[in-house]
Amino acid sequence: MMSLNTQSDEEPMARFKPVGEVINMSEKREETIAVQPKFQCRDVRVFYGDNEALHGIDIEVAKTGVTALIGPSGCGKSTFLRVFNRMNDTIPTARVTGEVLMDGENIYAKHVDPVLLRARVGMVFQKPNPFPKSIYDNVAYGPRIHGLATTNDELDAIVEKSLKRAGLWNEVKDRLKDPGTGLSGGQQQRLVIARAIAVNPEVILMDEPASALDPIATAKLEELIDELKEKYCIVIVTHSMAQAARVSQKTAFFHLGYLVEYDETQAIFTNPKDQRTQDYITGRTG
Amino acid sequence: MTLVLTALILATIAAAFFFGRHLAVARTGAAVSASFSDRAHSLPAYHGYFAAWSVGLAAFVAVAVGWLLRDKIEPSVIAVLILATIGLGFAFSYRKIGPRFRARNIVEGFVKAVLLLCSGVAVLTTLGIVLSLVFESFRFFEQVPIFDFLTGLQWSPQTALREDQAGQSGAFGAVPIFTGTFMIMLVAMFVAAPIGLLIAIYLSEYASKRTRALVKPMIEILAGVPTVVYGFFALLTVGPTIRGFAESLGFGVPTQSAIAAGSVMGVMIIPFISSLSDDVINAVPQTLRDGSYALGATKSETMTKVIFPAALPGIIGALLLAVSRAVGETMIVVMAAGRAANLTGNPFEAVTTVTVQIVSLLTGDQEFDSPKTLAAFALGLVLFVITLALNVVALLIVRKYRERYE
Repeated sequence: MMSLNTQSDEEPMARFKPVGEVINMSEKREETIAVQPKFQCRDVRVFYGDNEALHGIDIEVAKTGVTALIGPSGCGKSTFLRVFNRMNDTIPTARVTGEVLMDGENIYAKHVDPVLLRARVGMVFQKPNPFPKSIYDNVAYGPRIHGLATTNDELDAIVEKSLKRAGLWNEVKDRLKDPGTGLSGGQQQRLVIARAIAVNPEVILMDEPASALDPIATAKLEELIDELKEKYCIVIVTHSMAQAARVSQKTAFFHLGYLVEYDETQAIFTNPKDQRTQDYITGRTG
Repeated sequence: MTLVLTALILATIAAAFFFGRHLAVARTGAAVSASFSDRAHSLPAYHGYFAAWSVGLAAFVAVAVGWLLRDKIEPSVIAVLILATIGLGFAFSYRKIGPRFRARNIVEGFVKAVLLLCSGVAVLTTLGIVLSLVFESFRFFEQVPIFDFLTGLQWSPQTALREDQAGQSGAFGAVPIFTGTFMIMLVAMFVAAPIGLLIAIYLSEYASKRTRALVKPMIEILAGVPTVVYGFFALLTVGPTIRGFAESLGFGVPTQSAIAAGSVMGVMIIPFISSLSDDVINAVPQTLRDGSYALGATKSETMTKVIFPAALPGIIGALLLAVSRAVGETMIVVMAAGRAANLTGNPFEAVTTVTVQIVSLLTGDQEFDSPKTLAAFALGLVLFVITLALNVVALLIVRKYRERYE
């Protein structure tokens, strides 16, 4: 397990060598504290106005692999996902308390700029949301705003690599100038993943990424997640328990704003310890 | 007399409604049955409406005919005629109403016809205006060749007052008027486009909810200021200020100038641009903003690289609508732009516009057949074609943009 971790941490390092300093710094950080989990959350609470939506979540997320967040609608799993990249900051009434340590550093500390955080923690949304730009420009958007490429050739290389890694390259390599909005739903979702990968994040958050896709596109997406989990820390919110069982190694069950149970996926689905978890996964509630 | 008659007819129509409804209840009963053949086709109220419509239409026709024949027939005969027709309306309903009668379909047909008629009024009015413009312009172009009108550089319609000179002086060259219109429009857009757009961006992306709720209505008040107020503001405040400023720099500038009229007109159309662009920017889906933020983009990067390009077609549509508004605006330019048809590219000189010329051609004592008066129709027609084209293009762009997200 340990050796696999180191290996997967080193590989993106080798591949992304030419793309600027930001990445090099994050690589060094990863090397020195590889034993730690990616995220440690302590007593995380999220408020919308006066309404407390999440009631003190404590959880640790592993450096690689897939962590699934499941639970009935309105249980706070999507809210919790947006804690990791501080997307809740964009909602004027939302407020987060507690500590979220990313590689041991509290991302809610005063000196942390959410803009820099989000370059390290990418996100994929429920509905594919490519920008109304060309396929190329969609993927190049992140590298451009973060200055990851100094020449056009470098940018081309990043775009190609990201699209390849998202399993979309062969389908779009001849029409990179076509609008990204013209792709099919499944292709759009993979384009959005390529767009996130292009910034070279350490974490990819996915908010019900397959809910707008048909079964075939979903299967492709899950295959992709399976490949990506070797290199990235992936946190996925899903409504489909079958999907959680297929793609994740750890599963967290949320209910009414509480983290009810968090364990190996295998254990959650075969031997849940909490009655509420059992009711949910057997279809009695939710 | 008319009032009493109207009241009586309205009362009769109301009576017809209750008559029809009562009749329907009496003939069909209130029984509810499961089978279609046993059940009354329409609810009693529809029979009431049907009776009211029949009687109302009969009365309307009778009154109309009576009014047309009011000089040829005795008033008493007309009264009897109206009463008889109303009676016929009642009799018709009495015969028709019953469980199998499809009163609902007929009443709905009536309603549809009325709605169609109302929209027809608007369409026919537009058509009428366009046709009258076209025909009067045609008469004008019989006296002044259309080519001279569209390309002539000299505009002095007063010389055409003597009939023997009409159309021969070449004084109906509209180019200076259109360049004047164009220049004032440019000045106005130069003022309004950047300010309006930046207001829209601020309101939609940066302002807090409270600021927005406060600022947006205040800006929209600008749109409610009567244009004549803007006009004397331009003439009495802005014009002299510009002149004073220019004089302090050693230039002579008239009080009435393209820049005075144009800048005030620009202020007038600011709310137009800001409001429309604000709507367009707000229509850009939130998911695009989230997607950009999630990639670590800042607010301004998101605005300039994602939202603005996505909203651009709609914003261009908004700008074109504002241009057509500026081109058609009259009061400000009448007061502040001057009347001299100067062919100039200097915004500090007095210029004239299409609308100003139409006003000055048609005010005062006029012969209706003179080329001078008819020239107003030709100018109006050209102005109409320009604004119509602008509006059509703007709407096409806006529509195309809408289709992309829905």
